[in-house]
Amino acid sequence: MIWLTLLMALPLAGSVAVALVPKANEKLIKQTAFITTLIVMGTTIAMAVNFQRDNVELQFIEKYSWIPSFGINYALGIDGLALVLILMSTILAPVVVLAGWNESHGGRWSIKSFYILILVLETMMIGVFAATDVFLFYVIFEAMLIPVYFLIGGYGSGERAAAAVKFLIYSLFGGLLMLASIIALYVMSGAQGGHTFDLKALSQLEMSSTTQNLLFLGFFIAFAIKAPLWPLHTWLPDAADSATPGTSVLLLGVLDKVGTFGMIRYCLTLFPEASRTFTPLILVLAVISIVYGAILAIGQRDLKRLIAFTSISHFGFITMGIFAMTSQGYSGAALYMFNHGFSTAALFLVGGWMISRRGSSTIADFGGLQRITPVMAWMFFIAGMSSLALPGLSSFVSEFLVLVGTFTRYPVHAVIATFGIVLAALYILIPVQKALHGPTTPGNENLSDLNLREKIAIAPIIAIIIALGFYPSPLLNVINPAATHVIAQLGFSDPVPTSGEK
Amino acid sequence: MVFTAPVLNYTLLSPILILLGGALIGVLVEAFVSKGLRAITQLSVTLGTLILSLVQVWKIRNEQSLTAAAGSVVIDGPAVLLQASILIIAIISVFVIADTDHFTALAASLPGSDEERHAVQSGNQVTEVYPLTLFAISGMMLFPISSDLITLFVALEMLSLPLYLMAGLSRRRRLASQEAALKYFLLGAFSSAFFLFGMAYLYGYSASVTFAGIRESVVGGSGNDVLLLIGMAFVSIGLLFKVGAVPFHAWSPDVYQGAPTPITGFMAAATKVAAFGAMLRIYYTVFANAQWSWTPLLSAIAIITMLFGSLVAIAQRDVKRMLAYSSIAHAGFLLAGVIALNKAGLDASIFYLFAYGVATVGAFAIVTLVRDAGGEVTDLNRWKGLGKRSPWIATTFAGFLLAFAGIPLTSGFIGKFSIFSAAYESGAKSVVIAGVLSSAIAAFFYIRVIVLMFFTDSVQDGTSVEIPSALTRITIIFSTVVTFALGIYPAPLLSFITNLATFIR
Repeated sequence: MIWLTLLMALPLAGSVAVALVPKANEKLIKQTAFITTLIVMGTTIAMAVNFQRDNVELQFIEKYSWIPSFGINYALGIDGLALVLILMSTILAPVVVLAGWNESHGGRWSIKSFYILILVLETMMIGVFAATDVFLFYVIFEAMLIPVYFLIGGYGSGERAAAAVKFLIYSLFGGLLMLASIIALYVMSGAQGGHTFDLKALSQLEMSSTTQNLLFLGFFIAFAIKAPLWPLHTWLPDAADSATPGTSVLLLGVLDKVGTFGMIRYCLTLFPEASRTFTPLILVLAVISIVYGAILAIGQRDLKRLIAFTSISHFGFITMGIFAMTSQGYSGAALYMFNHGFSTAALFLVGGWMISRRGSSTIADFGGLQRITPVMAWMFFIAGMSSLALPGLSSFVSEFLVLVGTFTRYPVHAVIATFGIVLAALYILIPVQKALHGPTTPGNENLSDLNLREKIAIAPIIAIIIALGFYPSPLLNVINPAATHVIAQLGFSDPVPTSGEK
Repeated sequence: MVFTAPVLNYTLLSPILILLGGALIGVLVEAFVSKGLRAITQLSVTLGTLILSLVQVWKIRNEQSLTAAAGSVVIDGPAVLLQASILIIAIISVFVIADTDHFTALAASLPGSDEERHAVQSGNQVTEVYPLTLFAISGMMLFPISSDLITLFVALEMLSLPLYLMAGLSRRRRLASQEAALKYFLLGAFSSAFFLFGMAYLYGYSASVTFAGIRESVVGGSGNDVLLLIGMAFVSIGLLFKVGAVPFHAWSPDVYQGAPTPITGFMAAATKVAAFGAMLRIYYTVFANAQWSWTPLLSAIAIITMLFGSLVAIAQRDVKRMLAYSSIAHAGFLLAGVIALNKAGLDASIFYLFAYGVATVGAFAIVTLVRDAGGEVTDLNRWKGLGKRSPWIATTFAGFLLAFAGIPLTSGFIGKFSIFSAAYESGAKSVVIAGVLSSAIAAFFYIRVIVLMFFTDSVQDGTSVEIPSALTRITIIFSTVVTFALGIYPAPLLSFITNLATFIR
């Protein structure tokens, strides 16, 4: 069964359906969009049930000739990592639609366009994780910038146009570097047995280490901009600040994962040697991101920017886990990608509700929410605790795995990164204290608590955060075989832990 | 002395002959048909001629001949593909040209004179633009199939002279239009002189004016290389002038801005196809064996052209000037296809020319729609908020801009990818890197226009978007469909080109 094409076609069909609904019937537009995302989620779960988790090869493979002159195929297939990320994307989509039921109203354009953009974006989010043809991946990677650009620029707030342009220029620049690398790969494949973009065939190309290093950089810089790694992160706080909460969730939760996903899928697979060469440098950048993101998060007065900077810190952890080259680090990074999607979603959505109720995103304007709006305050608290990786919540497992996996090979990096956890406690607890506790700030007395729709939207996220905190095995069982496989393919074996007793 | 009558293969020449016949009929129509019926008659004659010619091109698509006109023209796959591209671009351009509102009622009258006013009041609109277009097209069709220098030069003049006139036909801002025409004519005449000068040297080098003869000398390497180098350099100047490559680009922003917008679109698209078609033939066949003499210099020109076009476009405040600089940058990208000098480069160039030409005509068609009481509004500041007032037009224009920027799922991306990969394959890595860099720069100003249209609030200054006439609408829809279809599923056209495009010599 062609699961992946079906998954990509469903949101697209939904966007056509939304387009056909008359503009005035706002309710029907939203309902159509919501039901579409629910169907996509259901289909993804059905697909996940059929996934053979012990099989490390790609599954649900589809391959059709697309542009034969260049050897380009429409080729799809997923491994455990891609499955987990698609699952995350398709669960987040209905949540975002439901949570942001009214966020499309302040936009420059109609509500209809908003949902069409969201659904088109969902198709691309699935495609970008499922593509196994490098050209197809690149096409989706670049094309998905356009809906995001219009979502930020058209429906955000504040300096939305400038933020959208900054986002687009950064991403396009990275994408073009990647294009240069892809052209080089394509030409080399032509010289070594026929033009192709097949990931597997390209990974077996012979190339000098200089070439490999250069091409690696082309891919890596593109992904490091996406995932924002210090010093290429500056577009993110602006974008997150201007976008609607729902867009921010998709941007940070899903799109930025394409960066870290790409590092694994493309950088490590295509250029194993170059990956090893650059590991020391990348680990340093990752550690800087962790600490820098955390310190800047502490200094933020704006709630949305704060969440954006915490994400930079978290992406540092993910990148560190990937390049630690141990199976624990890899599993941790993969799990982290999934968990970060949900904890950031929770923070952005609850934060978004707080901001829209209060009409301000400055943290100091809140205060005493715990008394006035207890449910909302609790949700924010849990989301925050998940973000700082409190044991018992999902992020703890992944952060722990990343640190353990890194420590066995790079103890110094791991130790410095651990400070990130301490700083995380600060950047979460300070806003929790200022916004939720303490005396009620004037102007907050009449804020309303979460309504039923909002409760329904946030419930599954909180449930996942707590459930995976106690019982992460369902996901780890899917990720682990792939992790061991990838690390072994790179020619690494996990270091044997040295015993403390002599 | 025995005179042998030249043998002409009329079937193979029919596309051009039909065009010339149609143009002559057009001249007669201009003289004899009453003013009420003139415009519609001209339009029907022109379109009929173009379509008939396209049908003929389709019929001869698998023919190959070196002797169609006593060795002066060559018919082969690239010839047919380029001719078909020119005709398709011409047809959609004529739809926009048909909106006579763009052209002066009486080109021969002085701007602001009584004579002009009288012509406008009496509704005595002259329509000489149609036969001129047909003459220009027949020159363009001949240019890429010429196989000796004399024919090449005749074709060059045949396509240029009508264009000089057409650039001066604008109804509004007639002085600027006439200035553009004069500038184009003078600089064009200079470049023709250079071209002719180069021809003389090539004749001196090889004692032949035919491509085959020059090629033989180049392959044999027996002649005086200095003559070859000078000849190549001057002929290249003539060609680079026509495509608007730096440093021979100075005419294009002024001419693009001054000429009536439908003509600008036609010129930008069709002239590029013709000139690059001829360039490809000359460099791929005649000069191919001397590639070490010309690739370094041409690479340098390509790199400078791409970067210059993209950088200067950022500073433009006028949409037509911006598109002019963008077309300079695209000329740089197309030069990468010439430098590639391999089969992939030829295929890619033909695809790129067609895709770019169609998108260009579409983009200029949209420019004709944005107007105020005094005519077209080309000041970008007054395009603010266009997305709010006419979302469809703005979205379509944004689509063309994304195609120019080479964003995936548009024809521009496939074109860019194929041309850069061909250039990379032939080892022109520096050109590819410059190309990628300038694409990043170019993306910036295309996006700026999108920001202006969609994310900036409009100013109430009387700028409005005309409802497109049915014909203009056809052009816009056709261009949009082609631009996206070639971005999403280019396989049929690409394999069609790959199968046909082989130069015979």
